Amino acid sequence: MRKIKLLFSCLLFASMLQAQETFPVNGIADKRDGCFAFTNATIVKDAQTTITNATLVIREGKILAVGAGIAIPKDATVIDCKDKFIYPSFIDIYTDYGIPQPQRAQGPGLTNPQDFFRAQQSQSLASTQKGAYGWNAALKADVDAVRIFTVDEARAKPYRETGFGTVLTHQKDGMVRGTGAVVSLANEKENLVIIKEKASANYSFSKGTSTQSYPSSMMGNIALLRQTYLDAAWYKSNPAAAKEEGINLTLKNFNDNQALPQIFDAQDRGTDLWNVMRADRIGDEAGVQYIIKATGKEYQRIKDVAATKAPLIVNVNFPQAQDVEDPNDARLVSLADMKAWELAPTNPASIEKAGIPFCLTAADLRDPKTFLTNLRKAIEYGLTEKAAMDALTKNPATWLGVYDKVGSIDAGKMANFVITTAPIFSDRSTILQNWIQGEKYAVREDAWYSVAGTYNLVVNSNAGTQTYTLDVKSNSQANIIGKDTVAARFSFDGKAIKIGYATGQRRRTLPAGMGGGFAGGAGGFGAASAPVTLPANATRLTGFSNGNTWNGTGVDSTGYAVTWSASLISLTTAKIDSAKSKPIPKTGGSFYPFTAFGNSDSTVPKQETVLFKNATVWTSEKAGKIEGGDVLVKNGKIVKVGKGLSDASARVIDATGKHLTAGLIDEHSHIASASTNEGGQSVTSEVRIQDNLDPDDINIYRQLSGGVTTSHILHGSANTIGGQTQLIKLRWGVNDEELKFKGADPFIKFALGENVKRSSSTQGNTRFPDTRMGVEQVLIDAFNRAKAYDAARKAAGGIAVRKDLELEALAEIMNKKRFITCHSYVASEILTTMRVAEKFGFRINTFTHILEGYKVADRMKEHGAAASTFSDWWAYKNEVQDAIPYNATIMTKVGLNVAINSDDAEMARRLNQEAAKSVKYGGLSEEEALRMVTINPAKMLHVDDKVGSIKEGKDADLVLWSDNPLSIYAKSLYTMVDGIIYFDREKDAAMRKQVKTERTRLIGKMVGEKRGGAPVSPFSPSYKYISTCLDHGHKLGMLEIDLEDLELNHANH
Amino acid sequence: MQKLIYTISSLLLLSGIATAQETIYPAKQQKGLLFITNGTVHVGNGTVIENATVKINNGKIEEVGTNIAVPADDVRVFNVKGKHVYPGLILPASSLGLVEITGVRSTTDVNEIGDVNPSIRSIAAYNADSKITNTLRSNGILLAHTAPQGSLVGGQSSVVQLDAWNEEDAAYAADMGVQLYMPSLLSRQGGRIGALLAQFGFGAQGDPTKDALDKIEAVKQFFREAKTYIGTDVKTPNLKFEATRALFAKKQKLFIHCSQVKQMLLAIDFVKEFGFDVVVIGASESYQIADLLKANNIGVILSQMHDLPTLDDDDVDQPYKTAAALQKAGVLFCINDDDPQNRGRNLAFNAGTAAAYGLTKEEALSAITLNTAKVLGIDNMTGSIEKGKDANIVVSEGDILDMKSSVVLHAFIQGRKIELSDKHKQLFERYKYKYGIK
Repeated sequence: MRKIKLLFSCLLFASMLQAQETFPVNGIADKRDGCFAFTNATIVKDAQTTITNATLVIREGKILAVGAGIAIPKDATVIDCKDKFIYPSFIDIYTDYGIPQPQRAQGPGLTNPQDFFRAQQSQSLASTQKGAYGWNAALKADVDAVRIFTVDEARAKPYRETGFGTVLTHQKDGMVRGTGAVVSLANEKENLVIIKEKASANYSFSKGTSTQSYPSSMMGNIALLRQTYLDAAWYKSNPAAAKEEGINLTLKNFNDNQALPQIFDAQDRGTDLWNVMRADRIGDEAGVQYIIKATGKEYQRIKDVAATKAPLIVNVNFPQAQDVEDPNDARLVSLADMKAWELAPTNPASIEKAGIPFCLTAADLRDPKTFLTNLRKAIEYGLTEKAAMDALTKNPATWLGVYDKVGSIDAGKMANFVITTAPIFSDRSTILQNWIQGEKYAVREDAWYSVAGTYNLVVNSNAGTQTYTLDVKSNSQANIIGKDTVAARFSFDGKAIKIGYATGQRRRTLPAGMGGGFAGGAGGFGAASAPVTLPANATRLTGFSNGNTWNGTGVDSTGYAVTWSASLISLTTAKIDSAKSKPIPKTGGSFYPFTAFGNSDSTVPKQETVLFKNATVWTSEKAGKIEGGDVLVKNGKIVKVGKGLSDASARVIDATGKHLTAGLIDEHSHIASASTNEGGQSVTSEVRIQDNLDPDDINIYRQLSGGVTTSHILHGSANTIGGQTQLIKLRWGVNDEELKFKGADPFIKFALGENVKRSSSTQGNTRFPDTRMGVEQVLIDAFNRAKAYDAARKAAGGIAVRKDLELEALAEIMNKKRFITCHSYVASEILTTMRVAEKFGFRINTFTHILEGYKVADRMKEHGAAASTFSDWWAYKNEVQDAIPYNATIMTKVGLNVAINSDDAEMARRLNQEAAKSVKYGGLSEEEALRMVTINPAKMLHVDDKVGSIKEGKDADLVLWSDNPLSIYAKSLYTMVDGIIYFDREKDAAMRKQVKTERTRLIGKMVGEKRGGAPVSPFSPSYKYISTCLDHGHKLGMLEIDLEDLELNHANH
Repeated sequence: MQKLIYTISSLLLLSGIATAQETIYPAKQQKGLLFITNGTVHVGNGTVIENATVKINNGKIEEVGTNIAVPADDVRVFNVKGKHVYPGLILPASSLGLVEITGVRSTTDVNEIGDVNPSIRSIAAYNADSKITNTLRSNGILLAHTAPQGSLVGGQSSVVQLDAWNEEDAAYAADMGVQLYMPSLLSRQGGRIGALLAQFGFGAQGDPTKDALDKIEAVKQFFREAKTYIGTDVKTPNLKFEATRALFAKKQKLFIHCSQVKQMLLAIDFVKEFGFDVVVIGASESYQIADLLKANNIGVILSQMHDLPTLDDDDVDQPYKTAAALQKAGVLFCINDDDPQNRGRNLAFNAGTAAAYGLTKEEALSAITLNTAKVLGIDNMTGSIEKGKDANIVVSEGDILDMKSSVVLHAFIQGRKIELSDKHKQLFERYKYKYGIK
């Protein structure tokens, strides 16, 4: 079988124009130099230059000459391209064409759910890659696409038929993916189609087929890449490195590939828009400007995307309308998803308008053949044709350093071009042929000639001769005109003709003016109507075109054989409609964030001068509660606290009967981050929440509605030394960077007990530690290593000692530059951990959860630790059996700084009430209780100079409550951050109406799409992937999915 | 070894170090007269009587009002001037006594193997000594509906009173309900796992709506066969069919766990085809079809008060104000607290939240007392402070719905004054002692 295949392919190659020098020929040599002249064409050399009535001459796969009135070589075969258009073939910069599907170490690739779970369960701590490679299997710097590339005609064909002639191909596997090669889509031997062996170095956020447990999160992905740049730099420039590391092919190749264009796929694993910014920041730190494969959502935050200065690779994979006719289905599709459907086609235009250099790609389309249809949609939505052309030719060619070979129609370049019936971005255009390396690939030969026109049809039968006028509308539509005019069944495929008709019975005829021109037949882009149905006794004729006359045979209505011929009377001249500029379709406006309750440009809240008059002011300071107090806010700060204040410039808010407090501070939160746990290892101090903030999380807005203004976003509790935390202010609508609480001390999350020993994992645990005894050792060992590292770094300086992000963070702790918030429950682990810290000369800043803190509160006080706890949680796992709601009260009375935290996006909306429970449980005063969610956490987080109380000079982070803030009946009327009112209950009421109106409009539009006959996809509920700390069960809403819960249960065994 | 542990723990007990609840005794039967005087009595049906007296006789409420004479002879009188008197709160859906520590499998007896288990009974495994129980009483919860879980028909549930030596003493309304867990009609293959797969590019396989409808049809087919079985002379008893007799006799209610609108619409089938008394549990989307639920006499247990809105687009306070929407539509509903971390003790505050978002305080109170009793079918015995009902009563320092004033001072179950200590209070005392806190 194999032999036969081989023979077949040899035969194929023998017919090729360019035989290879070193390869023997089986048969008679047939060397041709492939000289062709394409005359009378409109040639678009590049996006800037169009020549009409021009000639293109090619020879031996190269362009010999192009222009108007150039000489045609005598040996050239002339192809008349009158009324045709010639364009450079497109280049797709993002493919894995001809690259075998990457295989997992332990089995097949990820092609079905069973594999997925098997793979998840077979993860290992160490790399399974054998050889002199690096430590992590997600780093595949050694892979060169050119070495594994094979010509794949089945995949090349659809690309060619869409107009592509050249692609960059690489193996889409891993975070560092090695190099990509530029290849043509010619069906030739590999040796001949490779244009550039190493044209790019590719990267992504997906670890691909790696079965290694680390990294398991977005933060981990970013940390691994950051560390790899450091390792590579060290490996390259430090002479000691070779001694310590030996030969590390991963790092060596990584370094070798740095000179190439660096392409980062930010889209892999979901379509999180912020991945573009995340990727760019990795590059910024390493001194690399990535070309970034965009997510398709750039229009949502185009300013932020433009600010990265990254050139983009943009797909045209626009979502289909969903079938939302059933209101119960529609109810579960979010405004953001519907809006993304509506606005996705504006993405390329939006990128162009922002001045971002970009390439277009057919990547992510289920069928590359839909590329042009979608691209035309993008053009309809404002993308200019010129930009589209550059994005498909010159830009990718230039970026990849192959513009001397491809990307335009210029003498000396490869003969890669497409011939079309009309301007290529017009709806009426059909690609006829795609020439690659001087070889013709037919796409739609039938459409080369239009047969639209009138013909004299003569049918000869036993009964005599009958004559009709055949009015051909297009290659698939015609009317027969005899006594009556009837619609015929008609087709012309470039050569063969079929005609069927039944006279004598009136049938629907084709409206005048329909069809004709260059429109293709069925399956083309022209208007194709349903085929005419014929009765059983219809006359059926078949034959061939011999130019202006057609001849053939058939049967008539009585079943007798007939012969027929048709001769041209006159062709319908195609009306080239002047590029009528259709108005850009109307869409709703955008908003920030791109979700319900986001603000439009006109409703974005601004910093104000505000005077709260006559409130009960809970200062959380020594001043206590001020009845009838006034607070003046200016330039984002509290400028005056007192009574009888006035300020002419201020907007006065009458707070009579209302209560004003400092914005609430949540010491323990997991909102607004794309991932929470990096559980791939027991020590992951290198990962940072700041790397994957998600400013679009609706929970920011929801928590503002509950009076929260500052949240400490923590790493989860999957491992002993977790990741670096990030303090944020709940500035709804800003970008990820602006979310950060500026100037706050950096913190890190540690965790102890059941979670880090993975007691509840359904798969058991093989990762050290498995006991609290082991947890102590993990801590001691980590700090021992960090101590040695810190000393070495300080002594050696520079790059002599490899910069290790993990140990760096631990050294910061010992140098009191970074502070710990430690997840903890039981007395033993609390004491043990304090002693480890003391041994290394630092303190645990905060114990969080700390449900048995009441048992060792005196020791914690001696140590100097603060406590951040839940009000009344217990009995959800073994280590919280002794948790009591009096915990906060006891710890407060012993003299600890105590906060009440949420660790839960829902409860954070009621943080004031959670604090109020300590009035009930143990009898704290109301003011003491409120301090547990204001000034106490501020102190714990070292930001009490800025927030946490109502004091002149502090940030204007304030909440005006309808009632006593400790009461269950209290609602936030205004929540202000930096003097900006981000939540306003009245405005919220108006926004609710807007959300409903906009939803109604979009549902109507989607339903209209379906009723208009457009393909729709089944409705898809807008699930929300939430990340939690993994500590306890979370009540999940109907559409909520706790992703990490699942991932961790399957990780690492 | 086992013996040794036993001995050690006995020693601990004897030496008085144990902080468990072994010394909190169930109260003895109440006999004779008992008066609760001068309190603000919140009847549970919307009425508030200031300065009222509640007269209790042999465990039953005999009289409530302002002109009730307290005899001078030897009767127990609780003068609760300035305090608030409420009907005992009822937790309408829970796994109390079946789940001790959520995360420790061996401490849970709640989810049996099999899809259709109507004969499974929660009361059979009910642990009257659960440490959770006393923490609920401390917050005014005196009765709880405790139910088995499952994949379709989970089994029979019971209402228990929370001051008992054992399951038999605890049974307040035994086997009063059957639990049906409605499969999801959303396109999520295998729940969370399917969603994860979808994120990695694996679409849903099969039609989840059809799968769910098939399962529901199978349950209906079971009930059809059960009905036939009940109507014929049985030679060999079928345990599962036998277990449905009370349901068909309307001596039990069918509690259908569901939240999606389509699920709730399908729940109506069980009213229409079988004539069952149906209650939906969870019901986060119930506000969208409130009128239909009312028209079909379907009761609602709202389990999602302290919860996030379903969709980003929903009003930020949607779950909080769902109760008000049901109230307005005249649906019989009650409020639950099924938070897995506080184990139900915030029931009153869930109602308080509903009061902050549209219910009156008395309506909110009804939603955790009288309406709950109605939903559970025990309102002839309890749920309000009215003549003839069991004296299940709570006295609170202030507004019981607001945590800042909700301190339970006394509680009576069937007139028995119960102890309000719990493990948490005992540990509080223990560490107050350690640190010398007053």
